[in-house]
Amino acid sequence: MTRIYVPRDSAARSVGADEVAQAIEIAAAERGVDVEIVRTGSRAMLWLETLVEVATPAGRVGYGPVAPEDVADLFVAGFLEGGDHPLRQGLIDELPWLAAQSRITFARVGIVDPLSTEDYEAHGGIAGLRRALTMSPAEICDEVTESGLRGRGGAGFPTGVKWRTVLDAASSTKYVVCNADEGDSGTFADRMLMEGDPFMLIEGMLLAGIAVGAREGFIYIRSEYPDAVVTMRAAIARAYEVGWLGPRVLGGERQFDLTVRVGAGAYICGEETAMLESIEGRRGMVRAKPPLPAIEGLFGQPTAINNVLSLVSATVVLARGAAFYRELGVGRSRGTQLFQLAGNVACGGIVETAFGLTVGEMLETFAQGTRSGRPVHAVQIGGPLGAYLPASQFDLPLDYEAFVEAGAMIGHGGIVVFDDTVDMAAQARFAMEFCAVESCGKCTPCRIGSVRGVEVIDKIVAGEDRAANIALLEDLCDLMTDGSLCAMGGLTPMPVRSVLRHFPEALHNAKDSQA
Amino acid sequence: MTLHEMPTAMTPWSKEVATELVRDHAAEPGPLLPVLHALHEAFGYIDPEAIELVAQELNISRADVYGVVTFYADFRRTPPGRVRIQVCRGEACQAVGGRGLVEHATRSLGLELGTTAPDGSVSLEEVFCLGNCALGPSVTVSGHLRGRVEPADFDRLVSDAVASGGGER
Repeated sequence: MTRIYVPRDSAARSVGADEVAQAIEIAAAERGVDVEIVRTGSRAMLWLETLVEVATPAGRVGYGPVAPEDVADLFVAGFLEGGDHPLRQGLIDELPWLAAQSRITFARVGIVDPLSTEDYEAHGGIAGLRRALTMSPAEICDEVTESGLRGRGGAGFPTGVKWRTVLDAASSTKYVVCNADEGDSGTFADRMLMEGDPFMLIEGMLLAGIAVGAREGFIYIRSEYPDAVVTMRAAIARAYEVGWLGPRVLGGERQFDLTVRVGAGAYICGEETAMLESIEGRRGMVRAKPPLPAIEGLFGQPTAINNVLSLVSATVVLARGAAFYRELGVGRSRGTQLFQLAGNVACGGIVETAFGLTVGEMLETFAQGTRSGRPVHAVQIGGPLGAYLPASQFDLPLDYEAFVEAGAMIGHGGIVVFDDTVDMAAQARFAMEFCAVESCGKCTPCRIGSVRGVEVIDKIVAGEDRAANIALLEDLCDLMTDGSLCAMGGLTPMPVRSVLRHFPEALHNAKDSQA
Repeated sequence: MTLHEMPTAMTPWSKEVATELVRDHAAEPGPLLPVLHALHEAFGYIDPEAIELVAQELNISRADVYGVVTFYADFRRTPPGRVRIQVCRGEACQAVGGRGLVEHATRSLGLELGTTAPDGSVSLEEVFCLGNCALGPSVTVSGHLRGRVEPADFDRLVSDAVASGGGER
């Protein structure tokens, strides 16, 4: 019996992984060969999807990108024994693209059966929880603080400090909420983690629950991720069966219950207070802060709200110790970050690495140019609210502080690459248009400012009173930045300003400039 | 063979079925979104009658229900086409021809974004990111995510789905 691994990740399925798995099954049956097909997460080397791996005595040998029509040929080439074929990539663990990374949160993704608790434990899972159960809540918070872990959702707030605030809040009812509303274009690490290693998020939720004294948690997943919803729900059901969740966590005295809630197509619900409103059954309207959710959050109770990647990183901190985690990274950016290479890239996927690589190194070493083969003209980092950077900025190191200083942000680690066919004026306009569509409407600078922003950019592009309209756009950006209630309106000017600043040919000196 | 195929034939609007669905979720904390998702999944849209029903069953005002239904892009208020298509407008898809694909989709189907063909065959919607950002441009056809979709692929995906009669996952 040969074991074959085919991803069940939705990105892999989007380019035919299901059809490939089916073709292998049929071909094996026709040849009377005994194979076991294990559906795993994806290794997140997405240009190789569908990446089929075969277990051999030397290790897992990969073939990709495999299309259903390649399968017969692979059998002829003896791929079940790791035989040679043009699609053979070699031993997966030795591929330089993977070997150059520090996969500590994505350690199991693409390797294990995502819904096997046995696989999870056999690959180091649940160790953090076991250790946490021997510690006091305050000790857990301290350990996480000491690790230097900062929120991976975008804001970069120290996770341990947040947990400590919730722990110290006086209330008999507290909640943990996982923000899995990963709405930024160019980001998909939360999705791949939930589809590829859902127990890690469950363990992270349990840790947070124990640390802050909460007995109930919610994972808020966007509706655009149906496979992640199905996988998380199935994993939660399994976790109840084996006693990881429920009235007696791991047979001890703690109780923890976990529920998945599904969003409904509103980007703003990734803002933490809008998300709370949504879970409570209301329009996703941003709340004014204070009170902080840590003091008065879900249903008015103290609530720890963390991103998927923060929670799973905490399991690593607890399992391997704060010192291990802290040793990775630079300055105040500790541990690893999950960068996501997206858009027009030759090699797209997830690069988990300690902070500190420059943008240029990331593009050269990992993205390896554009899919179109044309030169890179701009990268947008940090989602729709992040800055567009030109080649002259590619020496920026990928850490929180360096980016803030440069008027940019790392956000959730999405890096979207554009080639030289991009129309930067259109990208600036889209930033305003997106804000107009997705604004919750509560505050005027965001709701009205974004609409005016689209109009004024249209006038600039049309060559209408250009200098005056650019001054107006700058003024509007000031107003949105200073006057908006949350990051939606407050950061929409970031991509717009980055175009004004770094790509003067787009708006200032466009070809049709006024006579 | 797809992994989590959940074929749910759309049920025509029924107050009785709806009442049961609402009651299934009424005891959950903050039940409104789970309730609306359940109705949407069963009927494919939120019928105007559902607003009154949900308000009564959950003891909240009709304005509250209406406000939530209209806030979230997912909740349609008219029945969808038999084949439902979403085209991604996110930046990562724009970087690989997404803008052109949106144009192609509207032109080839003769539909504006957010509308349904008069014969009820196809609905065309925009979506902002499907999380498939390294394999764009991305679309979903009746709930199935497809990546690296060129205009010719789009036409083939749509005609196959129309020929097979839809089949929402």
